[in-house]
Amino acid sequence: MAEVVAKKREARAKIRDAGGREVAMLKVQGLKRYFDVSAPWLNRMIERQPKQILRAVDGIDFEIGQGETFGLVGESGCGKSTVARLIVGLYGPSEGSIELEGRDIAGLSRQQMAPMRRRLQMIFQDPYASLNPRWRVRDIIAEPIRAFGLADGQAAIDARVGELLETVKLTARDGEKYPHEFSGGQRQRISIARALASEPEFLVCDEPTSALDVSVQAQILNLMKDLQREFGLTYLFISHNLAVVYHISDRVGVMYLGKLVEVAPAKTLFTTPRHPYTRLLLDTIPDLDMTGRERMPVAGEVPNPITPPPGCTFHPRCPFANERCRTEIPKARPLGDGAIVACHGIEEGRIPDGPTLSAPAKPEGMA
Amino acid sequence: MSIDSDSGAKGLLGRALDSDLWFSFTRSPVVMVAAVVTLLYFLAAIFAPLVAPQNPFDPASLSLGDSFTAPAWTEYGMPEYLLGTDDQGRDILSTLIYGARISLLVGFAAVILSAVIGISLGVTAGYVGGGFESVVMRVADVQLTVPGILVALMIDGVARTAMPRELHDQIAIYVVIFAIGVSDWPQYARVTRGATMVEKSREYVQAAKVIGIHPLLIMLRHILPNVMGPVLVLATIGLALAIIAEATLSFLGVGVPPTTPSLGTLIRVGNNFLFSGEWWITFFPCLALIGLVLSVNLLGDWLRDALNPRLR
Repeated sequence: MAEVVAKKREARAKIRDAGGREVAMLKVQGLKRYFDVSAPWLNRMIERQPKQILRAVDGIDFEIGQGETFGLVGESGCGKSTVARLIVGLYGPSEGSIELEGRDIAGLSRQQMAPMRRRLQMIFQDPYASLNPRWRVRDIIAEPIRAFGLADGQAAIDARVGELLETVKLTARDGEKYPHEFSGGQRQRISIARALASEPEFLVCDEPTSALDVSVQAQILNLMKDLQREFGLTYLFISHNLAVVYHISDRVGVMYLGKLVEVAPAKTLFTTPRHPYTRLLLDTIPDLDMTGRERMPVAGEVPNPITPPPGCTFHPRCPFANERCRTEIPKARPLGDGAIVACHGIEEGRIPDGPTLSAPAKPEGMA
Repeated sequence: MSIDSDSGAKGLLGRALDSDLWFSFTRSPVVMVAAVVTLLYFLAAIFAPLVAPQNPFDPASLSLGDSFTAPAWTEYGMPEYLLGTDDQGRDILSTLIYGARISLLVGFAAVILSAVIGISLGVTAGYVGGGFESVVMRVADVQLTVPGILVALMIDGVARTAMPRELHDQIAIYVVIFAIGVSDWPQYARVTRGATMVEKSREYVQAAKVIGIHPLLIMLRHILPNVMGPVLVLATIGLALAIIAEATLSFLGVGVPPTTPSLGTLIRVGNNFLFSGEWWITFFPCLALIGLVLSVNLLGDWLRDALNPRLR
């Protein structure tokens, strides 16, 4: 086993480009995905309705370094899961590029994608839906091994499945059982074992803990961290739970209505959030220390992504919005400390610093 | 972990006896009776040559002198013909057993045919979606607006005019199977399409897509086993309906020929003698058909309820 690990570490030696610079594990540029949600053609003709386009992902850019964990947060319906599905190829992008170690994989056909798939796997949100109820666990985990031809013969496959089950802290005997014989946390381990079966380098985790009990969440997160260390994995970790994202991520991107509004190292994002939306999100975390303090109530709801507001999409909910915010779309600008923020107010310096919206430091002490 | 929860160690029979289905089966006397009756029909049909007192298709074993014998318990009955004989001296009990054989054969074959057509079209339509789905489902809708028996009548009529009479008599049973099978497929297509659309959106199917499994294999290995539950129920009830459809066609005279009678043919032939007092010729085939269809139907209804978790 130790030998295998050593071999894997070696294989994960960072890939560099011609100039000696490290190639990002994943580089996403100008990624867009629109969905046509119009009524059927006949209804549209009769009712004289225009086509309706839902902009699930509306131009996002980010990079994930090798061995890094990139967290993606945002409210329900902001396009987080669509990003995950675009990256693993479940959807084709409407526009933009997705580079896996320098190779564009956006919109490849099933055949063209085949060699890349082994290196790119996904862990799903609902452990009750992500395992085929009619299959034994050993067959579920063996599916990628068989599909990619990673082991020859039944004995070798069985051995590999047993090894994978032990990697996720289950026993080899569990392979004989059916998914319904396991708890949610155990099922998620099986799901992780399946994702690891093809020896991937990059795992897309779409809310892997949000269907689990809090105590089990921690187990799964720690398991994922251990696996990352052991196999040198890179994670894209999607969640709406900020505490979970803080715990596991190196860098965090905040999504709002199909756009990335802020990307920053996890520490920076949680100590000095810049974008008003990030602050609003942090404000909503229940916190014992803040008991009794007045909070800014979360104003409004996420607008309809079919008809997003003009300018900065966050302006209807933003307490700092002015005329420019209502008309001009803000561009993502890097700040000094590694944070990238798309906000006119931050750019102009008219939004006061402070950890949250509700506590703009000490109001009377400010100039 | 004191309890050994290893289901793999238990045999298939052990798991079957341990299941909810078996439990619900043992709690319902009606269903148990229906199951026993159905089983008897099946056994009688399969082992007809051994069970039947006479081979009604073998002219040598018939004696015309015994024709129109009343059932054994009546005044004019003969002990060797328990349910009496028909106009050609055939033992009614034997014709029933052989008739049930043909009825069950046609029913089974028709259900399998329509299930194969319906399931493959339904799963593909649900999984692929788009234009293919629209076309398949509109065709199914159109066919559903026409009663199945009319479709079957039309197919049989076309076959009848298209081929010479001797040939048609030889393959009549296959024509009937085809006619009933084709007239029933939309039911299966609709049910499997709906179930497929539910399963398709579930994450285990997406996991298989991420691995890059071929769509055909996803449909076959992932979706099909998960949509078979409702189809099984439909097929059980469909068996009863197919038997009735065959009987109807035969009663109308377009089904299987009188030389190899099914229950429907027997009822039709016996009908001619109903008003001349020989009631048993048509009465017992009717009873046999009712018994068969009723028990299969009861089994189907029970299966539908037992497999529906919301009704438990």
